[in-house]
Amino acid sequence: MEPISPVARIAEQGQAVDIRVADVTKVFAGSAALHDVNLTVRPGELLALLGPSGSGKTTLLRVIAGLAQADRGQVFFGGSDATRLPVQKRQVGFVFQHYALFKHMSVADNVAYGLKVRERANRPSKSEIQRRVSELLDLVQLSGFDNRFPAQLSGGQRQRVALARALAVEPRVLLLDEPFGALDAKVRKDLRAWLRDIHERTGKTTVFVTHDQDEALELADRVAVLNQGRLEQVGSPDDVQDHPATPFVMTFLGQAARFNAEIRDGRVLVNGKPAPVAAPKSTIGQASLYCRPWHLKPVPAGHGYHQGIVSGIRRLGSMRRIEVSQADGKKLEVEVALVTNLSVGEEIGLDILDGVIFRDG
Amino acid sequence: MASASYLRLKQASVLPGFGVTLGYTLLYLGLLVLLPLGALVVKASGIGITGIAATATDPRVAAALETSFSISLLAAGVASLFGLLIAWVLTRYDFPGRKLLDAIVDLPFALPTAVAGIALAALYAPNGWVGSLLEPLGLKVAYTPLGIFVALVFIGLPFTVRTVQPLITEIENELEEASSTLGATRWRTLWSVLLPPLLPGVLTGFALAFARAVGEYGSVIFIAGNLPYVSEIAPLLIVIKLSEYDYTGATVIATIMLAISFSVLLLINLIQAWSRKRFGYV
Repeated sequence: MEPISPVARIAEQGQAVDIRVADVTKVFAGSAALHDVNLTVRPGELLALLGPSGSGKTTLLRVIAGLAQADRGQVFFGGSDATRLPVQKRQVGFVFQHYALFKHMSVADNVAYGLKVRERANRPSKSEIQRRVSELLDLVQLSGFDNRFPAQLSGGQRQRVALARALAVEPRVLLLDEPFGALDAKVRKDLRAWLRDIHERTGKTTVFVTHDQDEALELADRVAVLNQGRLEQVGSPDDVQDHPATPFVMTFLGQAARFNAEIRDGRVLVNGKPAPVAAPKSTIGQASLYCRPWHLKPVPAGHGYHQGIVSGIRRLGSMRRIEVSQADGKKLEVEVALVTNLSVGEEIGLDILDGVIFRDG
Repeated sequence: MASASYLRLKQASVLPGFGVTLGYTLLYLGLLVLLPLGALVVKASGIGITGIAATATDPRVAAALETSFSISLLAAGVASLFGLLIAWVLTRYDFPGRKLLDAIVDLPFALPTAVAGIALAALYAPNGWVGSLLEPLGLKVAYTPLGIFVALVFIGLPFTVRTVQPLITEIENELEEASSTLGATRWRTLWSVLLPPLLPGVLTGFALAFARAVGEYGSVIFIAGNLPYVSEIAPLLIVIKLSEYDYTGATVIATIMLAISFSVLLLINLIQAWSRKRFGYV
């Protein structure tokens, strides 16, 4: 019989499980690190937990892994309650930001560790372990590195070893805590594409934590945005970008300028003028309009919804961003074409092309 | 020409003063270590190989050497184990009085060894606080080889604590967590993940404790009872020889001790070099 590659074997085991987090609350020294979090990760999905530092995203991941205990709430893997299961029995693959490789073990010993520590009855034979190690090293493109020690590897290589080590135990789910956080920009970019590829080949339900919105939006099937221990929104990258559920999601996912607005007669008014933004039905009163840099357009001074002074111009890829100082001293960004006749110090007006409206309070 | 090529050796270093520091090191080693030891060996070899052999095989000398080295090895081993444990507790756990306990660890260094010996002898004597408790169990500590062992563990304890402490601080929590997510039991994690990186520190601590134990005199003679053939240590025998004006005999025993100590320490260093190679770049 032909030897089955680890990828094929994992795919054949097939049934990627879902993860369900129900009403999880965790309190650290009086303040809630997690507040009634409910989240379902679909089978085989790559989900990003996105949030600023202190938002509770790593705590949530650790609760799922069993490295931290929730004060209230439950965690389910594939429908079965894993809340009381100790971490050793949860069968999760966990990858740490700083790799957490065993420095005194070779690369091969690191990868084999999870198999070697099994009880005798479940432990594969020596030759079987060796075969699986070399297959996994193949998968993470580190063939021939068997006898190196972690200190002899680059950051990107170490993180790949850590992933191979996590995959070796054939975990039910894969959890990654800021996996690229310690790497430089170029390596990050490469590893993102590579992780996406590995995910597609293994089909494991995967959750990764990041504070980098680009990383989350580029890599994940769905993004869960956390703020101060609460889940703000869960949705596809398009969803969270185009239909942010809260002002926090809007501002965290990118540059956004806020304008005072008023909802009246089914229209959104900014400084008394109706803006081309759909008003939420049957709402009325004070609201905030958030505009991305490309939702705004410079017009001659005295025109538009808002007035300001150009205080800076810089290039961003194939576009330019101009920085506009408002009367109250706050600054906002407007995207313009590469060729522009605006200059610093010029007074301009701003036209609103689009935006996202949130009712205040 | 030779000096020119010799000079080139030092160019790669960013630290200045290679010549000065090496010169000082050699001078220091020469004057303070090698010269006295060399004089010792020269003095001892005055009586010739047969003379040395005769002294070494003298039953009383042989018994004292055996007592000294076997108990020193044993005591260094036990001190290392306890030291490892103490270092672990002091580093990994936070409890009231931790800083105080940390300071107490060094006391065996500061205490004049004779004071330690007298204190231990008083405690472990059949009518002492601890001795009176052990007496009914048939356990005699003071004035027996067991007493020597207790004294040597006492003075050897700080070494491993201090050599291992910084290594324990370096171990990240994540290593334990990684091990547990991979399914390892806590014992397995301890054995396979936490202890191996500490091995070099334990070995260093062991070597230091052993070296100190072999040379220890003050604390031991008060508690050992000093019975020839039973609880008489080699350093005491040297003092006895000196008091009998048998300078050659004293230097011969010293030379033999020196040779054995050197071999043991060399062996420990070799094990360390091997473990460094085996466990990579710990």
